[in-house]
Amino acid sequence: MLFSKLVSRRASLVSISLATAVTIAACGGGTTDGEVPSATEPAAGGGSGEAVALTGAGASFPAPLYQRWFDAYNREVDSNAQVSYQSVGSGAGLEQYIAGTVDFGASDAPIQGDRLESFKAAYDDADPIQVPMAGGAVVLAYNLPDFTVEEEISLARETYCGIILGDITNWNDPAIAADNEGVEFPDLPITWAHRSDGSGTTFIFVNHVNEVCDGWEGGVGTSVDWPVGVGGQGNEGVAAQIQQNEGTIGYVEYAYAKLNEIPRASLENASGNFVYPDAEAASLAFEGVEVPEDFGLLVPDPSNADAYPIAGLTWILVYPEYENEATWETLKSILLWGLTDGQDITTELDYVPMPDSIVERVREVLDGVQVN
Amino acid sequence: MSSFAGESQRFTKQMISKRNSPERIADQGFFWLTLVMAASVALLLIWIGLQIFTAAFPAISTYGLGFLTSTTWNPVSNVYGLLPQIYGTLVSALVALLIAVPLGVGVAVFLSEDFIPYTLRDAISMGIELIAAIPSVVLGLWGIFVFVPFMRPFYTFLNSTLGWIPLFAGSPRGFSLLTLSLVLSVMIMPIIISISRGTLNQLPPELRLGAMALGATRWETILRVLIPAGLSGIIGSVMLALGRAMGETMVAAMLVGNANRLSASLLDPGSTIASLIASQFAEAGRVQVQVLMYAGLVLMFMTLVINIVAEMIIKKFQNIE
Repeated sequence: MLFSKLVSRRASLVSISLATAVTIAACGGGTTDGEVPSATEPAAGGGSGEAVALTGAGASFPAPLYQRWFDAYNREVDSNAQVSYQSVGSGAGLEQYIAGTVDFGASDAPIQGDRLESFKAAYDDADPIQVPMAGGAVVLAYNLPDFTVEEEISLARETYCGIILGDITNWNDPAIAADNEGVEFPDLPITWAHRSDGSGTTFIFVNHVNEVCDGWEGGVGTSVDWPVGVGGQGNEGVAAQIQQNEGTIGYVEYAYAKLNEIPRASLENASGNFVYPDAEAASLAFEGVEVPEDFGLLVPDPSNADAYPIAGLTWILVYPEYENEATWETLKSILLWGLTDGQDITTELDYVPMPDSIVERVREVLDGVQVN
Repeated sequence: MSSFAGESQRFTKQMISKRNSPERIADQGFFWLTLVMAASVALLLIWIGLQIFTAAFPAISTYGLGFLTSTTWNPVSNVYGLLPQIYGTLVSALVALLIAVPLGVGVAVFLSEDFIPYTLRDAISMGIELIAAIPSVVLGLWGIFVFVPFMRPFYTFLNSTLGWIPLFAGSPRGFSLLTLSLVLSVMIMPIIISISRGTLNQLPPELRLGAMALGATRWETILRVLIPAGLSGIIGSVMLALGRAMGETMVAAMLVGNANRLSASLLDPGSTIASLIASQFAEAGRVQVQVLMYAGLVLMFMTLVINIVAEMIIKKFQNIE
């Protein structure tokens, strides 16, 4: 009785100090492998075994999800597992992953090109193991006078491509009216708002644009050269551009738009259906798609008839070999926990959970990781 | 260098001629300790410079000096040019100075004269120092959510009445070089005020008394005697503020609009070197990182040139005194 009370009190202590640790790590960004802020040390003895400290670095897009996962896992499953995740961005995360200064990396774009080569060079030609953890949708948010979140507008592919490319410049353009019968549009110039910082959101968005828009010459990347428009720093910057300027339309992360109740447009998908962005429609984008061997799945234009057209995955990268068994076993169970029991958190935060078929394949791949 | 040699020679002589009392050892130890500290600062600077140069070297050899004069920024096809950022850095810092220098020097004069009681003066200067303590990310968020919506009517007015001047042309959207300049001027004003005020306070009282005795009004005393006498300190503070304005990162990234194009209008979104590095570094590919290091090197060089010019100006004015 007394013992269990003691344990639970200690467990809550652990979770508090872990939350602090995560925050510190996220802010400082200087933590290296195995280095945990000393605040967690006294609390670590609370569980049965030895504390395992894991460090990861990478994408900022899934950072809120990962931090909730790691915190919940520590609180509910294993109080010895302490993960600090630094959301330093995919590029910086991949560099740390290649350099071996973290236990896992995270990226919004599959590892490729010269980074893939230098990983192979550094690890005896072994392939990096990337597993998808969650998906996310990118929405077109807009600001029109007298339009609310409920009154959605629809945009066909040619229409939003025309806005992005600068061919459609006013809201009273016949193309927009044709997509929305019975809706009055004001005579208002259109301003395109985009991310100015390098971002996984941009990568997912232009991946789609590059596929469906004829005349797009910007290519695919985390930051591209936009033909028109104004830039905003982060989701909050783009959202401010949109919310403070009537007539502005731009792309933001679905979760961010939903949380801030910014009106977002229904978009035409590959089957010609107009789909309003929500988590369910976004998850359909990954359904029935052949997942490649390395999980480097990109769905620039999902074929499912009810799928929302702009969605992408985010990956965690683990090493093909770990030296410390405890490190790997803990990391593996955390990742699998996130993909299964952690899905409640995934949906709660408006990310797209991975379907069972993908989870099973991830399990198989993770089983193949060696420990010596 | 020569003074250092002379110093150590003197110490060596003393070492030979006098016996080693503990006091002398402590004295000598202190000399070497401070020497090591001073040298380590210089070494640190050289080391950082070298590191950045090494990281930037591939980009320097690929893009050369053309990097400084071209205007495209396209990470996907690896085409890079820094001219819009160089322009944005210089213009936003200069406009910020234009606003902050008269205000800052004015406040410094006010606080160093006996217009109001000491306690009030101290309260005001403490408030000013508190402005300096606001984290720049907070100022940036304040800019996005409060300052920009507040200033928008003013921008629209400026654009509709003075739009024929290229400086105020374009369509005012809030996130612009002018917004950045205004917030930067708030950030650098405390630097100008506190250093200028310190300088003015330390002027010998005879200057003021003499001017007054000759029949000068307070206005004349301030403009003709006190400010010229404290000019080296005031210019020093301005140069320090300029360096701060050029290097400011977070506020720039959040408020400048980050458009990688060149536009004469202050009301158009622009970009600065620091904001470019901050917003692109996290997700950058390898070549892009090298290019960003090159951009950092350019910024360091620009700051260096400004510091050298500042030293020269200060020296010149000190000679006049």
